[in-house]
Amino acid sequence: MAENKQVGRGAAIDIRSVSKVYGNFTALDNVSLGIRPGEFMTLLGPSGSGKTTTLNVVAGFTEITGGNLEVGGSSVVGIPAHKRNIGVVFQHYALFPHMTVGRNVAYPLALRKVPSAEREKRVKQALEMVKMSDFAHRYPSELSGGQQQRVALARAIVFDPPLLLMDEPLGALDKKLREWLQLEIKRIHRELGTTFVYVTHDQEEALVLSDRIAVFNRGRIEQVGTGRELYDEPQTLFVARFIGDSTVLRGQANSDGTSTAISIAGETVTMDKRLPGNGAPVLLLRPEKLALRRRGNGQGESGLNRLSGTVTEAIYLGSGSKYEVRLKDGSTAIVRSPLGEQSFDIGEAVEVTFAGADAKLLADDSTADQTLT
Amino acid sequence: MTSSPLVETDPGRVIARPEPAAKRTRKPLGPWLLVMPALVLLVAVLGYPLVSVTMRSFAEPDWGLQNYTWFFGTPVNLIVLQRTFAISAWVTLVCVICAYPYAFVMTAVGPKVRLVLVLCVLVPFWVSGVVRTLSWVILLQDSGVINTMLRGAGLSPVRLIRTQTGVVIGMAQVLLPFMILPLYSVMRGIDLRLVQAARSLGARPSKAFFSVYLPLSLPGVYAGAVIVFILALGFYITPALLGGPRSTMLSTLVQNQVLSLLQWGRGGAMGVVLLVSTFILLALAAPLMRQRYKQAGSR
Amino acid sequence: MQMRPMTRVLLGLACLLVAVWLVAPTLVVVPMSFNENKSLAFPPQGFSTQWYANFVNNPDWSSSFINSLKVAVLVAILAAIVGTLAAFGLDRMKSRASGLLRMVLLTPMVVPGVVLAIGIYAVYLDMRLVGTLPGFVLAHTMLAIPFVLIAVTASLEVFDKRLELAATSLGAGRLTTFRTVTLPLILPGILSGLLFAFVTSFDEIIVSLFITNPYLRTLPVQIYTSITRDADPTVAAVGTILLFTTTIVIGGGLLLFARERRT
Repeated sequence: MAENKQVGRGAAIDIRSVSKVYGNFTALDNVSLGIRPGEFMTLLGPSGSGKTTTLNVVAGFTEITGGNLEVGGSSVVGIPAHKRNIGVVFQHYALFPHMTVGRNVAYPLALRKVPSAEREKRVKQALEMVKMSDFAHRYPSELSGGQQQRVALARAIVFDPPLLLMDEPLGALDKKLREWLQLEIKRIHRELGTTFVYVTHDQEEALVLSDRIAVFNRGRIEQVGTGRELYDEPQTLFVARFIGDSTVLRGQANSDGTSTAISIAGETVTMDKRLPGNGAPVLLLRPEKLALRRRGNGQGESGLNRLSGTVTEAIYLGSGSKYEVRLKDGSTAIVRSPLGEQSFDIGEAVEVTFAGADAKLLADDSTADQTLT
Repeated sequence: MTSSPLVETDPGRVIARPEPAAKRTRKPLGPWLLVMPALVLLVAVLGYPLVSVTMRSFAEPDWGLQNYTWFFGTPVNLIVLQRTFAISAWVTLVCVICAYPYAFVMTAVGPKVRLVLVLCVLVPFWVSGVVRTLSWVILLQDSGVINTMLRGAGLSPVRLIRTQTGVVIGMAQVLLPFMILPLYSVMRGIDLRLVQAARSLGARPSKAFFSVYLPLSLPGVYAGAVIVFILALGFYITPALLGGPRSTMLSTLVQNQVLSLLQWGRGGAMGVVLLVSTFILLALAAPLMRQRYKQAGSR
Repeated sequence: MQMRPMTRVLLGLACLLVAVWLVAPTLVVVPMSFNENKSLAFPPQGFSTQWYANFVNNPDWSSSFINSLKVAVLVAILAAIVGTLAAFGLDRMKSRASGLLRMVLLTPMVVPGVVLAIGIYAVYLDMRLVGTLPGFVLAHTMLAIPFVLIAVTASLEVFDKRLELAATSLGAGRLTTFRTVTLPLILPGILSGLLFAFVTSFDEIIVSLFITNPYLRTLPVQIYTSITRDADPTVAAVGTILLFTTTIVIGGGLLLFARERRT
């Protein structure tokens, strides 16, 4: 579809305070999310967090119980799914087993009464885009999972929907194939320029694919942002825990308004930050913001915070090393040190150091751990 | 994510959507509308007739339990009732004995032989029941195939037609598929590695069979036996054509009361006895059948 | 499962005997149908096709055959429609209600034939339906619905409902989805239900015996009365014809089904 190559012809989506209640279960609790035209937005979260429900709501498979939903500038509430003109790719492919690949892809065009010559041309283009041109006369049962999913993708884009929804499309495939198809999906998104909304529970997949990611938890959106924003500036403990590794520390906090001191099992760390809200805070540190050194090995730079502990796990990663250090209060710090730094053995007494500026103070959320495990 | 719209039962609570009420009520009502024609037909041609038979058994010629006291007070009726159960039991037993090895072989052979065996089971299904009974008449009659062969071999002929033996032979053949099919479906699900495990633990083949395979196949035996017994209780054509006065079953008696003697009340009472026995048996068998499903589900 | 050679032989023999017992008795009608004498005594004497001619020429036989065909075709269509609708309804219902309803709809299979027959006879006497086409069709349809229900339910169970969702997302409305996706995929179930319904009606005897009259008599009733009245080998000829037609029809159906499966 080289001649159709244009950017920004996707539809904008505006989800405004949408709720979905089943009996006494709240699947979506006042969810708001704006998606820009042509954006690749990933809905990320554990199972039951509301991401698939959101997708179903946008697709029109599920009626909302409150709020408003606009696609391409006008409300679609009450419009049945088959009139929304939105492409959907399902986790289990959902190809029609009684039709060949070609007829599957032609199906939405036949429904739209596209003349047969034009239909053939567009089926061919769509199959070319997913590199399945040679399979037009096969039946879905003769294809592998990855091939079926590519056909499903062709079928969902052949009628040029301004919006494509994908519900864990790679969930049933093995890792190698998944990684390759991620790149394919990225390429197709670039070439089509339509809006993609992608549901997954795999944070790596979300980071690879997305322009922005919306993190779901318990029927709410915790945070929306680029992968970098979510990693560097998590707004909630849940987001921090869900995206990337992190060390979470709890202790007695004292704040004088501009700086905060936290005492953790007798050791005190300080940082020039205010407490978030009025509850007990947690201290969050990304692995690469932490450094290790042997205990009692002279005085380090001043201004660095220090916590003593014991190495419990040392993993060589090629690009560096990852250590798990058991701190005095029993919690585990995860430290990543780049290649070339000195190495440590399991059982060694060490000090974990970090700059106060690299620490994040977040409101404690005891439910974050529950939903994650 | 568990909330796929397919499994969701939408309670139809729509707040944000100003929708006509008709569309909202269609969802829960739709399935009922689809079932309605079948249900109406069932009530009209099955429910109503059964109710009217039951009514008549209490109401004709006068209101009361007269027909039931007559039924249980007349020795001939009790003999027939007892015989009906006895013949059904014999038929069930013959079916179990014949079906068990057959179904087992079905699970053990290759696909080609299995297809032949399956077709053999299905033949009785697609050949008209009356024609099959006719075949048994030709075979069992005094001048029939079996007696002609016996005479040819210099043996004295046996009386088969119009005896209980003849009835049991004919009925068992007609009902055998109902025993084989459930047995086969259960046996197919039995994990043969369990038998191997028993053998590796030191059990002789016969011991392994009786301690592992047989108990696992019992749900299939129960299911088949219940179906065969219930169908046998209500058999009419085969006993009527193959049986004689000494092998009359309850169904024939019912027919006789209604069509020949026009005793609707008495015929109705007999019918109700038959019907109630059937449903009691079904209710008793329900737990056994459920056990079967549980096993099939854990496969 | 490991078995001793002896066990193997015994099992095979038992299986063979049962197979013969299932199939062979029916075949006895074939030689009898060519009997020269008007007798069902074995062995048949000579060779004659007069009983086949009698089946065609004797109005008692030919009209009962036509009647059975008429009733069975109507029943097959009606039961297929009503039964398929019911199967869909049950499929879309909450599980508890559908389980109960399903049991209710399957009761015709377990109610003793004679009890049902006298009940229907009583009702039909009141409503003047004895010996009428609608009477036969209604009763047989009721008896056939369970078979359609079972067949269609089986294919609905393997039908992946996510395909309907996919069709919707591609722009198909309710009816189009049903026509282009659901129906083609459950058609084998509906067709086998249709076939079962036809056979059920064509073969039904107990209820038919009660609601028949000289004006409308079906083939099984004619066969039954013929057997009880005299030893007319025409029944053997009819049996032979039925045996071969049903074998051909069902065999063809099975082949068709097998090919359908492969794709």
